[in-house]
Amino acid sequence: MNQIKQLVNGVLKGNRRSIAKTITLIENNPHEAQKAVSKLYPHTGKAHIIGITGPTGSGKSTLIEKLVKELRKKRKRVGIIAVDPSSPFTGGAFLGDRIRMQKLSTDKEVFIRSMATRNSPGGLARATRDAVKVLDASGKDVVIVETVGAGQSEVDIIKVAHTVVVVLAPGLGDDIQAIKAGMMEIGDIFVVNKADRENADEAVIDIETMLNMGSEKEKWRPPVIKTTATKDEGTAMLLNRINQHMKYLKKEVFDIQRRQKAETELIEAIKQKTTDSIIDELRRKGELEKLVQEILAKKTDPYSAADALLKERLKRFRTNG
Amino acid sequence: MSTKRKIRIVVAKPGLDSHDRGAKVIARAFRDAGMEVIYTGLWQTPEQIVETALQEDVDVVALSILSGAHMTLFPKITKLMKQKGLNDILVLGGGVIPDEDIPALKKIGIAEVFGPDTPTNTIIKFIKENTQKTK
Amino acid sequence: MVTKSLEAEKQVFDEHKLSEIQKKQKHWKEKTVPEWISRHPERKNSFHTSSSTHIKRLYTPEDIKNIDYTRDLGFPGEPPFTRGLHATMYRGRLWTMRQFSGYGTAQQTNKRFKYLLKEGETGLSIAFDYPTILGLDSDHPLSVGEVGKCGVAVSSLQDIETLFNGIPLDKVTTSMTINGPATMLLAMYIAIGDMQGVPREQLGGTTQNDNLKEFHAQKLCIFPPEPSVKLVTDIVEYCAKHLPKWNPISISGYHIREAGSNAVQELAFTLADGITYVESALERGLKVDQFAPRLSFFFAAHNNFLEEIAKFRAARRLWAKIMKERFKATKPRSLWMRMHIQTSGCTLTATQPINNVIRVAFQSLAAVLGGTQSLHTNSFDEALALPSEEAVRVALRTQQIIAHETGVTDTIDPLAGSYCLETLTNKMEEHAMEYIDKIDSMGGVISGIEKGFFQKEIADSAYKYQKEIENKERTLIGVNEYAVEKDWVPIKLLRIKQQAEKEQVDGLQKLKKKRNNKKANDVLNKLHKAAEHDENLMPTIIEAVKAYATIGEICDVLRNVYGQYKEQIII
Ligand SMILES: Nc1nc2c(ncn2[C@@H]2O[C@H](COP(=O)(O)OP(=O)(O)OP(=O)(O)O)[C@@H](O)[C@H]2O)c(=O)[nH]1
Ligand SMILES: [Mg+2]
Repeated sequence: MNQIKQLVNGVLKGNRRSIAKTITLIENNPHEAQKAVSKLYPHTGKAHIIGITGPTGSGKSTLIEKLVKELRKKRKRVGIIAVDPSSPFTGGAFLGDRIRMQKLSTDKEVFIRSMATRNSPGGLARATRDAVKVLDASGKDVVIVETVGAGQSEVDIIKVAHTVVVVLAPGLGDDIQAIKAGMMEIGDIFVVNKADRENADEAVIDIETMLNMGSEKEKWRPPVIKTTATKDEGTAMLLNRINQHMKYLKKEVFDIQRRQKAETELIEAIKQKTTDSIIDELRRKGELEKLVQEILAKKTDPYSAADALLKERLKRFRTNG
Repeated sequence: MSTKRKIRIVVAKPGLDSHDRGAKVIARAFRDAGMEVIYTGLWQTPEQIVETALQEDVDVVALSILSGAHMTLFPKITKLMKQKGLNDILVLGGGVIPDEDIPALKKIGIAEVFGPDTPTNTIIKFIKENTQKTK
Repeated sequence: MVTKSLEAEKQVFDEHKLSEIQKKQKHWKEKTVPEWISRHPERKNSFHTSSSTHIKRLYTPEDIKNIDYTRDLGFPGEPPFTRGLHATMYRGRLWTMRQFSGYGTAQQTNKRFKYLLKEGETGLSIAFDYPTILGLDSDHPLSVGEVGKCGVAVSSLQDIETLFNGIPLDKVTTSMTINGPATMLLAMYIAIGDMQGVPREQLGGTTQNDNLKEFHAQKLCIFPPEPSVKLVTDIVEYCAKHLPKWNPISISGYHIREAGSNAVQELAFTLADGITYVESALERGLKVDQFAPRLSFFFAAHNNFLEEIAKFRAARRLWAKIMKERFKATKPRSLWMRMHIQTSGCTLTATQPINNVIRVAFQSLAAVLGGTQSLHTNSFDEALALPSEEAVRVALRTQQIIAHETGVTDTIDPLAGSYCLETLTNKMEEHAMEYIDKIDSMGGVISGIEKGFFQKEIADSAYKYQKEIENKERTLIGVNEYAVEKDWVPIKLLRIKQQAEKEQVDGLQKLKKKRNNKKANDVLNKLHKAAEHDENLMPTIIEAVKAYATIGEICDVLRNVYGQYKEQIII
């Protein structure tokens, strides 16, 4: 407990080592970390959270480095969480985003943390959210989250952000199709990076077309911007758009978005806590094993077993609660 | 008891030499051994390496150098680490490092020095055995 | 490739004889071998070269029956040069024994050069320290601890003046292992020549000046790929017009191999780089025969003896074809692949270092049997420290023993016609060509660099090699087999005194005070404009070094215009 208190105090003072240790705790021992995160919670809500996603190699990290340089000119303090996949076979991971941002690593007002997915999509979404809170509470004005955009789990992670920037690059023809499915709805801003390459304009047109096919209900029409991250071209414009989006949020939907985020988070917390406690209990009492054996013996199937169980539990939940 | 604990490791190349073959092979081997590897890239200053270790809260810093500047750069790194209170991190050295330099390096806080022929398994075993103690 | 076309038309072997051989071979394969193997199994299920090329149990005339002797092998000194570049090869002149050296300050290296010249060497070879190579002055913060460590420190013309003090440039040739700042070092050399009154047409030597391989392997890059190739081409063009005796570029596979590639990749990536430089020079409006004769190459010699010899022979043949067919070169000299070979540093072991003497001997024998023009042998203590004087001597003696005692130099290309070697040579060419086609289809080398293709290929091979050693699929004597308790190191390792750094930094800072700073700044501004206008920068850089602008300052100007190299990390 004392250790938690120390960590929390450190984070609130902006101590980098405390921030690092708290994030480690979140990754390794979510249960214990919850105590710290709860204490930090009242101090969160000040940072602008930006999600950067897009296909592998589209230039997300390079772009972040340039964005942060721009933010630093305005004296903004920045936190970055960069997520990379763990190997499903060995559990190891190569956390390669940081390399592109090494120049920022000695800036005392910038904190970069690499996180591996650890093959637990739900766990990761939660860990990312909590790590963002730590950085937020530590006094960062902007927190950037980088993930590779592929599949639902990344979409879940990126939901933590106020503003989602989808970074694409020309020459990813097939990928664009795949991305259409998952990413078009989540992007608040679209970037065609590597504009120094051929076909950048075509890519812009592609995206515009797709956006036009979408619904017209929203008041925010996602802009599409060309950048060349390696030459620091277009990054000032991108930041400009990000800030515009924040203004829009504040004027139009910020409170709704905040409410929604709070609700989602609460619901997820309830889900996790209930399932965790039910499963724990079943395990402790040996009921889980019993049911498994019955399933193996084909006396029942997983779904019927779950139905029967829940009927029992939830009745109790109602009477008790 | 938590099985979620992972060994986190920075593989860094201080100095100006660009012989990253060894560093890369090692980084890959660490990953395949289930560790989370942060490779810094070439030409890292001691400040950058130490800040990376701090922010990423790693268990191990593995330094690879072949330019002969280890006696200048390694002490700078360990000194900075001490200043920032990073006392629980295992620091390893690798590359072309003459035997006669090893005692001096150990004195300044390099836990072990691995020569060019060391099998990656030996290093991994060393790390697994020596990180359990610290955290 | 070679073996597919023109079948049976120009066979070296008589057809009846061939069918008789085939019959006998069938018998051997189906009776003799199985009988023997049933009692004496082979050591491995299959055998491969370092590049995973399958090695057969036995090679016979059958394997090379489609070779057209005059087309594929020919005669030494004649295209396609498979058997050697020169008509008499080592019966006339031996290869150049060029040992690369240099460390500490310019003054120390100058002393060493004078000693070597007195001993009869005429070819000087300079290694530069890392700050110089990366375009940083000795007083740059990143240079701390590195000045004069792995080569001589050069920040300005002042250092080159010291380096060549008392050495007449019309009497020596100088090879400079420098890439990113090659324009600056060549400019300094020209400036010294001007001071000594040596006409530029008489300056002889080589600048390595191969920036592309830096992106694949060596990573000592300063600028992004495109401007890097532009600078290479500036030298190629300048030399074609003003320095007819200078080799503007040494297209290098050595570093690609050292970074972990296999032999086929080394050859293919080097040739692909070569193709890129030729194309770039053609785009400048140069005629191929105007510059091609002065292109030279640099390869590694590794442990797999036969594969390496095959690599050198295939390299010559393939380059001749590329120059003739792809670039329509007409001068025979434009088809020449002159090569410098160095034995492989990465095969040397830190354990039982004396064994490295033997490795170096076999590697250099492969280089000689492969027909090299020039050879550097590594010192056996290199996995432990910078080479000591004693170890350097053994390395040089190794070459001399091959040259004078083994007799392999008395006839030309003595292994030609070996069923095995000719097959391996064909395979090497075929596999390298497959890579070159692949690189062409991805849009050439620069686009491959951007996609991370080369780095990925090399990193994969390096990892595979390491795993093979650890799994004992590959035996490394003294490392994963036949290890001993205590290694025997019969020499004292070389240590460099920290003193050099201080002297160098002091000298540089004095220079920055005493030179005409306005003049230096003016030329740097002029250089900025020239770079923006995409001119050939050689003339302005010569002016800049003469005004004592430093390498760091000149590179900073160019970094401003071109941007800076960002390492692309592929593990
Ligand atoms: N030509 C060009 N290359 C770029 C640009 N931006 C980034 N790159 C290059 O693209 C490669 C990938 O860049 P990263 O920033 O690592 O991309 P990423 O999206 O973060 O990659 P992951 O994190 O692996 O998904 C690097 O080699 C960059 O140098 C650009 O604007 N133009
Ligand atoms: Mg990234």
